[in-house]
Amino acid sequence: MKTETSAVNINRNIGDFFYPEAHVRDAGAGLSEKTIQYISDVKEDPDWVREFRLRGLKTFLEKPLPTHWASKDLEAIDFDKIRYYLAPGTAAKRSWDEVPEDIKRTFERLGIPEQERKFLAGVEAQFDSEAVYSNIKKAVGEQGVIFVGSTEGLKNHPEIFRKWFSKVIPVGDNKFSALNSAVFSGGSFIYVPPGVKVKHPLQAYFRINAENFGQFERTLIIADEGSEVTYMEGCTAPKFNTPTLHSAVVELVALKGAKIQYITVQNWASNVFNLVTKRGLAQENAEVKWIDCNIGSRLTMKYPSVIMKGRKARGEVLSIALANDGQHQDTGAKMIHAADETTSNIISKSISIGKGRATYRGLVHVPKHLKNCKNNTECDALLINATSRTDTYPAITVRGTGNAVQHEASVSQVSAEQIFYMQQRGLTEAQAMSLSVNGFVNDLVRQFPMEYSVELKRLIELEMEGSVG
Amino acid sequence: MRHDSIVLDEAIESGSTNVPRAILSGPTRSGNFPDWFHDQQAAAWKQFQALPNPTRKDQAWRFSNVGVLDLAPFKLGGALPDKERNAILEQSRGLDQVAARLIFAGDQLIERDVVSDQLKKRGVIFQPLERAIVEHRELFRKHFMSQPAILGSAKFAALHQALVSSGTFLYVPRGVEIELPIEIFHWLHGENASVFPHLLLVTDELAKVTVIESFRSLDQQAPGFACGVNDLITGPGAKVTYICAQDWGSNVVALQMNTTIVDHDASAMSLNLHLGGKYSRFESLSRLIGEGGRSDLLAISVANGAQEFDARTLQDHVSPHTASDLLYKNALDARARTTFGGLIRVEPHAHFTDAYQKVRNLLLSDDSEANSMPGLEILADNVRCTHGATSGQIDKDELFYLRARGIPIPVAQRLIVSGFLNEVIQRLDHEAIADHLRRLVDDKFANG
Repeated sequence: MKTETSAVNINRNIGDFFYPEAHVRDAGAGLSEKTIQYISDVKEDPDWVREFRLRGLKTFLEKPLPTHWASKDLEAIDFDKIRYYLAPGTAAKRSWDEVPEDIKRTFERLGIPEQERKFLAGVEAQFDSEAVYSNIKKAVGEQGVIFVGSTEGLKNHPEIFRKWFSKVIPVGDNKFSALNSAVFSGGSFIYVPPGVKVKHPLQAYFRINAENFGQFERTLIIADEGSEVTYMEGCTAPKFNTPTLHSAVVELVALKGAKIQYITVQNWASNVFNLVTKRGLAQENAEVKWIDCNIGSRLTMKYPSVIMKGRKARGEVLSIALANDGQHQDTGAKMIHAADETTSNIISKSISIGKGRATYRGLVHVPKHLKNCKNNTECDALLINATSRTDTYPAITVRGTGNAVQHEASVSQVSAEQIFYMQQRGLTEAQAMSLSVNGFVNDLVRQFPMEYSVELKRLIELEMEGSVG
Repeated sequence: MRHDSIVLDEAIESGSTNVPRAILSGPTRSGNFPDWFHDQQAAAWKQFQALPNPTRKDQAWRFSNVGVLDLAPFKLGGALPDKERNAILEQSRGLDQVAARLIFAGDQLIERDVVSDQLKKRGVIFQPLERAIVEHRELFRKHFMSQPAILGSAKFAALHQALVSSGTFLYVPRGVEIELPIEIFHWLHGENASVFPHLLLVTDELAKVTVIESFRSLDQQAPGFACGVNDLITGPGAKVTYICAQDWGSNVVALQMNTTIVDHDASAMSLNLHLGGKYSRFESLSRLIGEGGRSDLLAISVANGAQEFDARTLQDHVSPHTASDLLYKNALDARARTTFGGLIRVEPHAHFTDAYQKVRNLLLSDDSEANSMPGLEILADNVRCTHGATSGQIDKDELFYLRARGIPIPVAQRLIVSGFLNEVIQRLDHEAIADHLRRLVDDKFANG
């Protein structure tokens, strides 16, 4: 398309609002051992957590920024100006009535009506770094499912928590997982007992609402043998003048025959650095599926991974990225095959608008002596404007016979013919463009659970609003 | 075709440094080159020393076994006894019919069959480097090492420039079509010997030429080092076909940096056949700088034993309305490793680009390893860019079909692999060269 970018001009001001900050606990700006001690003191961490944090800090300081392969934009993060911990000083809430009024208003602006949530199994909303709202439907609790904040998880369920915590993503995995290990707060801990199938998706909303404040939630989900669970995470954030950092770590453990589905809709403000490490471990016959949708942020670097450790384990990543002016969506997937007959599937779709840049970075690894492993990777990129950019950087290693790996990628633009055809039938150029983009991602969006696909479609429509002129 | 012995003797004298010395002692000013060339060599040497050694952490060297790149044992120069020289001449068998031929042994020109008088009269220049430097200074200087090595081997391109002592300069003027291929041989001889093969091919508007370069070792077991550069400048509307048939001895470490410039309405096709060497890295950059340009990049690797082949490519679409098509196929046996790192880059404003990239790995053993990194960087819209990478093994049904017809497993396997590779060779559309390449592949299968 030749239209200049008034074209698909995304209105970033929607969701651009915040309320007076009332933080009781604040670790101040900058990162030092003192900061870590302060966080541990406030959170009343057990000793092993305090040591873990200090180890994370040491590793973080030792590791260089990965700019030899990643965007130089990372150098714009001023780690000394970031506040690494603050909490509203309120205990986690159990019922909707107890939620402060201004927070409720925030949710309303996000378009998540109270009513909708009643249909959801549990809501865990994160306002700044502590969970201020968490509601687990009685039925889920009765099934023995644990759904709490990570702090509560490590204190009240150490026997399960400690066994898996940081086992899927070690402290030193990368610079930002080390940072998270040092200062983590918030996030969810979920344990699903053997054979329990959680019917409704568990859901959490995250928001940042303090300038220069980075959010470092830590989520650990364990699905015991034969169980099934779906977790959803959605993010929006108000806009600030100085860069904000979000660096989460999410670990999933699917034991024998279990299924975990993890859904993310990321819509951070366009000044947020979103550097997230997500990895799942799938035992025999287990399945880990990441559904990842990135719409906001200044720079997102996120490559959900699955380690298929048991026979017949399955891994899947479905990813949608939308990059507009000033945005770089550097997303992808990693599939590590570590047992026979493991299969993985990656489908990635990206849309670059204006001067936006979308990058797919992938890794598929099939080591020696494995039999009948299969990987399928498909990456499609759509370019809207002449100044848009897209990149694809996969890395595939296959050893030995008996495995099949295929990778395919294509880059295209919305065809002038398509737009012309729709205009002939009375649609405006903007409507035609919006329809084309929706068609491009439709087969992926359809894979989202109902509630989310509706929400996602709304989000995409919102993004395309006031677009082509 | 005429044997040109006068030039031959000159060349031998100019290149005769009979006392071998270490590569790492750097360039000397003892050759017959003009001062400006020596100055360039000295500058390149400084650059070589200043640039860091590659590590696996460099994206351009990811998966690559950089440990083999220790240059300390390798030497420059050395005598060529008559017996060896005769053996090389005897074994320099390639195509039956060629327009001209150069044979280099240890970077010394040992035989030269020049182009016909008719082609000479029309302005075709086919000379060893050291003569072109003097006789066609302006043209040579304009193009020699004019393309920076941007695919990881800047250090080794500098090394090449510092130590290059001979090579080929081929210039095809406007409208001249050379029907028969031009053939060039580069031989390594002696223990720990090194060569720095160079080819500079410049074609003017509407010219047409095919060049085949063969790289071989006299002693199959002798360790050696090769560090070559070839620059192919394809003028407007010109058609260049370049074939590299690499069959170094089994203990050779080889690096080759290729740059192809494709001007408007020009067409460049390259085919790289990799058979020999312990470690062989080939960097191939194709820059499409004019509308209507087209570049075909083809490669075949047959890897066995503990061989490692490392291919890095860049299809750089600078101008709108350009096309490129890459097809790389690897057949891997035993403990062999291959790496493919390729990128299609569509520069801003290079609209209407049509680019394709495909790498296919056929794994024949449990210990072989294929790494693929097919990449895209698209900075313009209105393009069609696709890439694909597959890794798999011989289809059991195909094998069964052949066995059911009484063909033993090893033969059936070889047939299937040949068929797999043949798709690439056929793309050349040149029967004589295709036959020659198929023979080389068959020889490799036969000799293990």
